[in-house]
This record gives sequence, structure tokens and C-alpha cells, in this order.
Amino acid sequence: MVLLSILSVPFIAAIILLFVKQDEKANYIAIAASGIALALSLNIAFNGADNFDAMWLSSLNARFTLTADGLSKILLLLTCLSFPAILIATSKNQVKHKNQFLSLMLFAQTGLLGVFLAGDALLFYFFWELALIPVYFLCSIWGGEKRVAVTFKFFIYTFLGSLFMLIGIIYVYTHTTDQSFAYASFKAATLTAGQKVTAFALFFTAFAIKMPIFPLHTWQPDAYEQSPTAVTMVLSAVMVKMGLYGVIRWLMPLFPDAFSAHSNFVMLLSIIGILYASFIAIRQDDMKRLIAYSSIAHIGLMSAALFSNTEIGVQGVLIQLFSHGINVLGLWIIADVIEQQTGTRSLQAMGGLAKQNPTLGILLVGFSFANIALPLTNAFVGEFLMFNALFQFNPWMAAAAGVSVVLAAIYTLNMVQKCAYGEVSESIQKMQTPNLPAQFVLIVLFLVVLITGVYPAPLFDLTADTLQQLFIK
Amino acid sequence: MNAIIASALLGVLMMFSSWITDNEKTHTRIALVGLLTLIVVNCLQLNGLYTIPLDTKGMLSFTQFGLFVNTILFILTFLYVWLNGAEIAKIGNHAADFYALFFFILCGASILTSFNNLLMLFIGIEILSIPLYILTGADKKNLNSNEAALKYFLMGSFSTGIFLLGIAFMYGATGTFQITTPVVHPTTGMIREQLMLSAGLILIFASFNFKVSAAPFHFWTPDVYDGAPTVFTSFMATIVKATAMIAFVVLFHSQFKALGYAWNILLTFVLLATLFVGNITAVFQRSVKRMLAYSSIAQVGFMLFALYGATSFATEGILLYIMAYSVASIGLFGVLIKMKEYSFEAFNGLAKKEPMVAAITTIFLLSLAGIPLTGGFFAKYYMLNAAVQSGLGLWLVLVAILFAAVSVYYYFKLIQAMYFAEGDPAIEPLDKGYQYKLLVFAVLILALGILPNVFLSYLYF
Repeated sequence: MVLLSILSVPFIAAIILLFVKQDEKANYIAIAASGIALALSLNIAFNGADNFDAMWLSSLNARFTLTADGLSKILLLLTCLSFPAILIATSKNQVKHKNQFLSLMLFAQTGLLGVFLAGDALLFYFFWELALIPVYFLCSIWGGEKRVAVTFKFFIYTFLGSLFMLIGIIYVYTHTTDQSFAYASFKAATLTAGQKVTAFALFFTAFAIKMPIFPLHTWQPDAYEQSPTAVTMVLSAVMVKMGLYGVIRWLMPLFPDAFSAHSNFVMLLSIIGILYASFIAIRQDDMKRLIAYSSIAHIGLMSAALFSNTEIGVQGVLIQLFSHGINVLGLWIIADVIEQQTGTRSLQAMGGLAKQNPTLGILLVGFSFANIALPLTNAFVGEFLMFNALFQFNPWMAAAAGVSVVLAAIYTLNMVQKCAYGEVSESIQKMQTPNLPAQFVLIVLFLVVLITGVYPAPLFDLTADTLQQLFIK
Repeated sequence: MNAIIASALLGVLMMFSSWITDNEKTHTRIALVGLLTLIVVNCLQLNGLYTIPLDTKGMLSFTQFGLFVNTILFILTFLYVWLNGAEIAKIGNHAADFYALFFFILCGASILTSFNNLLMLFIGIEILSIPLYILTGADKKNLNSNEAALKYFLMGSFSTGIFLLGIAFMYGATGTFQITTPVVHPTTGMIREQLMLSAGLILIFASFNFKVSAAPFHFWTPDVYDGAPTVFTSFMATIVKATAMIAFVVLFHSQFKALGYAWNILLTFVLLATLFVGNITAVFQRSVKRMLAYSSIAQVGFMLFALYGATSFATEGILLYIMAYSVASIGLFGVLIKMKEYSFEAFNGLAKKEPMVAAITTIFLLSLAGIPLTGGFFAKYYMLNAAVQSGLGLWLVLVAILFAAVSVYYYFKLIQAMYFAEGDPAIEPLDKGYQYKLLVFAVLILALGILPNVFLSYLYF
């Protein structure tokens, strides 16, 4: 039941919010709801939770099944930690019709939680789409200048991808022995090797667009830039994880042979994507775009590590799913605080943040270190494991991907230099009063960065069962 | 049987009700009561409580499926009249005449859901079609309406001729008008008079394509839908089309084996052409009404998937499809009627002026596009599942979903106009009552999208 309640808390709050007109009140309700969800997710992560199972569509034999294993738990934690963080950090931002904005945010959270918990393929698809619809409206209504066109591109891209997945689901469903969408039945489906390749391709298209893998990434930088920052945070901290989650949950266990047969190809694409995104990030002057491209590079590394199909690589990804979310969230919040107070995102116009607001300066440096995966930060643990896996798979690939570490240092430190150091620029001078809620969130997140960086054992324990499932010798 | 007799009687009653009173509101009420009676009478037979005893010599057979379809059609008509009563009254002199025509159409529909004989099928189709020609031309002073009616009538008569020729061939091949499963010779595996039977079936197939407006027999659709008064377009594009589709599916589920491999090729060609024409042309429309006309062609493309094989997915799916499609379209046309002009720009800024109507319209559009949580999703899901299950090449399904993605483009264009464009929407003031009626449609769509089972369970009583 606790799994059902974690889904229903944001859902019910979202409906209530539609009728709350006062901004202040709406804020409190939204933060309270996401806080309750966080508490529930901690409970689930550390105490475990029983599966929830009920018949949904009897004629299709589709069930409403919610399960939580290590993989689900770590993404549950990430989602439930991100949403209150985002809502608190952006609580001071001026937004028109704030109650509707918050309501859609919580609908998006419901969809995301559903994706990570669904134990039934049709239900998974259902939530997969549901997470997309609120984001479409959030970006199109509250986004930047070119929002409508950009969001539409994003929507069509991902919608088409998920339709491919739907065909994949139907395809596997018709080959299950008991005509069921249950995860176990899908695993036991009787597909020939050729059919598995087809199904693999159908599923992979959806996940590749969502992650995104080069050359299907073109929707992403524009969407990140044009979305309101709170939504960008959701997109890059949590939503891209849907693609990686899909690979670990569905692709690897369902079609292991097709998976390893295509690993070279996908890894090549991923590494091209990593280098491509890194090079572009170096040339960016817009802070939001820089973080967007850096995020693409990191996700590319994760997908490469996944397709190395080694235990150590998947372990690294499982840790990094969480760590990357926290790090990129931190960077976005800092970028948002600066943009809200100065009105610019251009790195040229910045400078002297460390003098003007030392706390924010220190946090920027801290999250930047995490972004380039320095030891003692959380990202180091995951990236170390992932590079290890790449090296085991193919040293040349590892070397090519390794260049991205250097590139990451270049663009990230460049950003820090331009933003935090030097004389206090005109626009940075406008930052007179610190944004306390945002700084509070940043400090909490940075503590998470440090703690999981120094002592990652709880994360390993949490995900142990998923690894065991995937790599039973 | 109950429904056929009751609807014919009610039609006559409706015709004379304008002698009793001139009050149009009363006519609408009589029609609503009549429709309720029809639903009740039909349910009596559906639940096996009472059936008017009448020997049809096996020309009609009343199946659970057919009677259930009747119920759906009657309920849809009820909802349609309930929503549009005031608009119907605005057209022509006597609303009662139109209601009478509706009842005759429903009489034709009840025959089409229970035919077991080609002649009955023919009569059903004619009873269904002829009132439509009148409805199309109902706006007598409007030249477009007249043109549309004439066009529809001429082309419709021609397709009727083709239909009759098809029946003649089938009679020649089998020696009976009864619907029989094709007889396969025990040793040679041949079907008797295969050639003549196939020729007849192909002619009937073409004629049915005309009725449901599948390409390449769709040319009348945009002009007729555009020219006819919008209320009646709403009726034609939903309830009538749904009926024709059901008859189409029922007939060919029992006959398609006679065509062998040719059937798959034929159907695939029509299906792809329909999806292509409907979706691609809809993208370029500037008028929402014409866009909906083309989108209704595109939707037929998806419904045709039900024809590939007589699986439970196909029959359940087509039911779900007509429910989801009709409810969403009636609702959408209900919004469209209230617009002063039909261009996309007319919807600009609707979300600010009428937030509730905009939200409801969005639900309709999402359903037509087939997004989860709406009825349209499961409708499309069942169709795709039926296609995959019947062992077709996966490529056809993939092409279909590419077109589904195209359809998102033009449906979302309307959402974008309502929500993200600034402007003053050209909409007539809407009273609360009308908005709540629309809300009922939206709730139905959501109910179909979350628990389609509830609506289908009646099939298995």
C-alpha cells in the first residue's frame, strides 16, 4: 500500500492545487505534498515495500502492479528528493497562475514515480506517456521565447519514440505464453532470436530518444534552454533517467543476446555523443546551454557504460543515476538564482560572484567539482566504475570516452572562472539579497554530494538486488 | 427486432409531432424521451426479457454483439441530441422533421447490426443513407449545403449501384442472399465459384469504402462534411460512420476468407491510402471543420485494422474505437458549433477566455490523437494489437504509428492556438449548462481511457 500512497500523494495534491488560487498557499501545499512523498520514499528505500497488485483490465490481462527493487528505489529517492528541492529553490520565482504550474509539476511527479514503479508493461507505457503530457504544457505555457515550437519538437520526438515502444510491447505481449503484460511473463516470452532483435530495436528507439543518444539528441538542448528552469531541472535531473531506467529494466533482461550483439554499435554512438556534446559545451556562452550539453555528455557516458554489459559498469550507472541527478540539480539551481536576480545567462556578463555572494560562489565551485567527478564527490564513485567497465570492454573506447573528462574540466572550470572570479560585474552587482530558500536547498544537496562521495556504501547496498538479478552467474 | 420496429414507429410519431405543437423545445424533449424508450426497448431484448415475436425467415439474426452496438448507438444519439438540441432547432423550419430522420437512420442502423442476408444489408444501408442526403441539404438557403447534398446524393447513388452489382455477383456465386461462410471443397481446397464470389465481394468492399469514406473513395467527404450544417456533420461523422463501420466489419469477418491472399493486399492498400490521404491532407487545412473531416478519414484508416482477422481484439477494439471516436468528435463538433468562424486563428486565446471549454476540448483532441488516459488510446491500442496478432508484417503497424505521430501535429495545432497564442477567440457566449454538458463528454472519454473494461463487459454477459 505504501507504493500506492507514494503515487497518490502528489496526484491528489495536484488536483487540490487546481482549486487553490492564492500563490502562497499553493506553494505550501505543493512543498508539503512533495515532502510527504520524500518521507515515504525514504521509508520505501530503507524498509522495503510490499508489491501492490490489482486487476486493471481483465480482458487484456493487464494488471496494476507496483514493485520496488533497488533500481526503482534509487530513482524513487532521486525523484522524491528533487521535487521538494526544486519547489523550495524556485519558490520565490514569479510565475503566472502559480497553482496551475505547481499542479502540473506534481502531475509530472506522479507520472515519473509511476514509470519507476510499474511492474506491468502496459502500465509502464501508460505512465511513460503521462509523465510527458504535463511537461508539454509546462514548457509551452511558461517557457522562453521560442517555447511553442521547441516544445512541440520535443513532444513529437518523444511521442514517436514511445509509440515504437508501444508496438514493441504489443509484439512481445502476443508472444507471451499466458497473454499477460506482467514483467515475469515478458521475461519468459517465447521469441526467436530474430524476433528479439526486432523487439529490441522497437524498445531501444524509445529509450534512445529519451536519454538521448546521438543522433537523436537534437530536441534536448533547445528544450532545456526554452523551458522554465524549474522544468529544466525536472527534465535533466529526473526525466532523462527514464531512458536509462528503461534500458536496465526492460532491454537488458528481456533481450540479453540482442543487447550484447548491438553493444558495440550503441557504444560507438554514445561516445560520439559524449565528445560532440563536450566540444559544443566548451563553446557555449549561455550558462543554461552549457549545463545542458554537459548533461548530454554525462548521460552518454552512462549509456556507454550500460552497453558494456559488465557488472561493474551497471553498478556505476546505478550509482551515477542518483549522483548525476543531484549534481545537475545543484548547477541548475545556481544558474536559476543568478538568472532570476541578474536577468542574464551570458557568462560574458558575469564575474565576481565569489565576492558578491561568497556562499553561492563556494557552492558553485563545489557542484562544479562534482560535475567533473573529482574524488570526494559523489560522481567520482560512479564514473570510476563506469570507466573501469569501458576499459574492460574495449580500451580504445575507454580512451575516447576518457577525453571527455578533460573536456568536462575545461568547460566546467571555464564557467567557474568566468562566473565566480574576477571583478564584480555590473549584472552580478544586482544580486544584493541572497535567495535563502535556494541556498538552503543547495547546502542540503551539497551535503548529499559529500556524504555519498565519501561513504557510498548505502547506495551500493540499495542496488545490490538489481545487480544480482541481472548478473546471476 | 424491438429496436427496428420501435425506431420506425417513433420516426412516424416524430413526423406528426409538429402538428401538435410548434414549440421546438418540446420537440427536442419528445425526441429525447423517444430515444430513451428506444434504449429501454432494445435493452429488453439485450437482456432477454422481451422480444417482439416476428419471424424474419432467418434474414435477421440478433446477436449479443449487434444488440450491444445498438445500445451504444442509441446512447450516442441521445447524448448528441441532448447536447445539440438547441442548435438543431436553429436550422430549417421544423426541428421535428430532423428528429424523425434521426429515428429513421437509427432504424437503418438497427437493421445493419442484425442483418443475416444481403438484401437486409442493402435495405439497411439505404434507410441509413437517404435521410442523410436530406440532412446534408437541410440548410436550404445556403448554397454550400445544397451543393453538398447534391454531390452526396449523386455519388451515394452511384455507390449504391456498385453495391447492388456486388450483391448480384454474390447471389450468382452462392445461389442465396443469406450470409453464408464460403464453402471450401473438401479435397481441392477450392471455393465454389471463387471468381464470381470475389468479384462480388470486391464491389461490396468498394461500396463500403465509400460509406465509411476510406481512400480512394473518400472524395465526397470533405465537401459534404464542410457544406452540411455543422450539427449534422457531427452526426454523420460519428454515429452514421460508426454504424457503417460495424456492418463492414461484421460482413467481412465472415467473408474475407473467400478472397484469400488478395484480401490482405486489397485491405492493406486501402488502409495505407486512407491513412496517408487523411493525415497528410489534414496537416494543410486552415479550417478546423475541414481538418476534422480529413481527420475522420484518418481515423477510419485505423479502424480498418479491425478487418484483418476475426479476433476478439478486432471486435472489442472496433466497439471501443467507435465509442471513443464518436464521443470525442461529438464533443469537439459541439465546441466548433459555438465558434463564429472555423479557422484555427479563431481559437486563439480560448484558454484565457473560457478555461473550462479549452480544457475539455484538449481532452477531446488528446483522445483523437490517442494519448493515454483518454479513450482514444485504448481504441488505437486494440487496433494495433489486432493487427499484430493477425500476423501481418510489422512494417504496416510501424507505418500506422508514423501517421499517428503526424496526426498529433494537427490536433496539437489547435491546442497550441487555444493555450499558447494570444488573441480574442471568436466564440459565442456559452452558458454554464452547455459547458457542463460538454464536461460529461470529457468525463466519458476519461472513463473510457482508464477503465475500458466497464464498457466492454456487456459483451460477455
